[in-house]
Amino acid sequence: MSATATPAEIEARVIEAIESFGPAAPVTREASFQELDIDSLDLVELAQVAEEDYGVELKAEDLKDLKSVGGAVDLIVARAAA
Amino acid sequence: MSRRVVVTGLGAVTPLGVGAGALGERWLAGASGIEDGEGAARDFVPEDHLSRKEIRRADRFCQLALVAGSEAVAHAGWADELPLSGERVACIVGSGVGGLGIFEAQHDVLRERGPKVLSPLGIPMLMANAAAAAIAMRHGLRGPAYATVSACAAGAQAVGDAVRLIQVGDVDAAVAGGAEATLTPYARGCFAAMQALSPSGISRPFDARRDGFVMGEGAGVLVLEAAEVAAARQAPVLAEIAGFGSTADAFHLTAPEPTGEAAARAMTLALADADAEPADVAWVSAHGTSTPLNDAAETQAIERALGAVAAEVPVSSLKGSIGHLLGAAGSVQAVATILALRAGRVAPTVGLEEPDPELGLDYVPGEARKLAVRGRRALALSNSFGFGGHNVCLALAVDA
Repeated sequence: MSATATPAEIEARVIEAIESFGPAAPVTREASFQELDIDSLDLVELAQVAEEDYGVELKAEDLKDLKSVGGAVDLIVARAAA
Repeated sequence: MSRRVVVTGLGAVTPLGVGAGALGERWLAGASGIEDGEGAARDFVPEDHLSRKEIRRADRFCQLALVAGSEAVAHAGWADELPLSGERVACIVGSGVGGLGIFEAQHDVLRERGPKVLSPLGIPMLMANAAAAAIAMRHGLRGPAYATVSACAAGAQAVGDAVRLIQVGDVDAAVAGGAEATLTPYARGCFAAMQALSPSGISRPFDARRDGFVMGEGAGVLVLEAAEVAAARQAPVLAEIAGFGSTADAFHLTAPEPTGEAAARAMTLALADADAEPADVAWVSAHGTSTPLNDAAETQAIERALGAVAAEVPVSSLKGSIGHLLGAAGSVQAVATILALRAGRVAPTVGLEEPDPELGLDYVPGEARKLAVRGRRALALSNSFGFGGHNVCLALAVDA
């Protein structure tokens, strides 16, 4: 799947995953995890989505610096292309 | 003289509905919440009470506890703001096993897809203390918070432990109760394998035809305060937890000790703690599971504890109406018993039609009846016993 996923597809999948976590506000690319009330447990689940769908492994040190939806999308897109 | 501990809030989600009121009123009316051999909390719709995130992060037992806890806290007048520092409030919520539903679901994931895709929520939703943690978080309760785990005595154990923490002065108030949600394939199968579940699917405590318990689910939560703390804020007092007794059979993993010695001792300890005599007891709200062994051993225990007056005291079991709520049973029973005492009524043993000639007490078949207060106030003993031989008795008192 990682060979064919486009950045737009990855963004849509990340937004869909975060929406399933019950966020506190609408999920947009610009939204910060703080305003969405997305915490470390949610990000671990997001990492599982990244691994399962795109073969991208995100470790704790990758996740601790993520601050926004766009940041997560960009990281997964970059790793998927690598 | 130890500190008196009063009840200022009640909450429950049970097979009789969402809310303590539905539990108390429908039990007194002789209603049953059992359908198809199970006491499911059918009226409970998580989305009506909890955010999506709360639902996602809480196993059903914890969801039930959160809703019962919020009802109790609101009932006590604590919803907008705690009347005392959160550091002075304990949160003790018992469960038999905790989040069995999430455990079974994740175990399927493990077997079908491997360990790498297991949920990071798999342990925090399974842990038996999840309900205590969730209620403490929701209401900012920052004193001691933990679960009691003593099988089907856990809910009553939580209430008793909370009373003691208040009495020794570690805290001034507590949110205490129990929660269980094990209407799952594993629990059904294992209880059936033990031959503990009723093959007829009928809960009829103390009936000659009783053939096992009917599993139920739910939560019961009480807000407890030191009497002087409640008085200082002029909070309406619903009841007093006048006594607590806790013992162990030290006999068998599942079977009750047949003479009822240790169960009787829990009742005697609760009475002594309440500074009361057997002659003061107006009602025994029994554990009464509808298993052949429990109802016989409990009868022995009541006769042993109450002696000459035992035959005069009505004994009824809530389980005829809702089934056995396991780790939630004791706290749900405390909530329901307090509501009946406040109504001046003895609630019936629903399902009891054919008296067992081997059992000699007054088990209140048919309808509720007027409560005959025997001492200076209406005093009921509420029994809870658990696999492992755990016995808990709460002495509940309401001013007549």
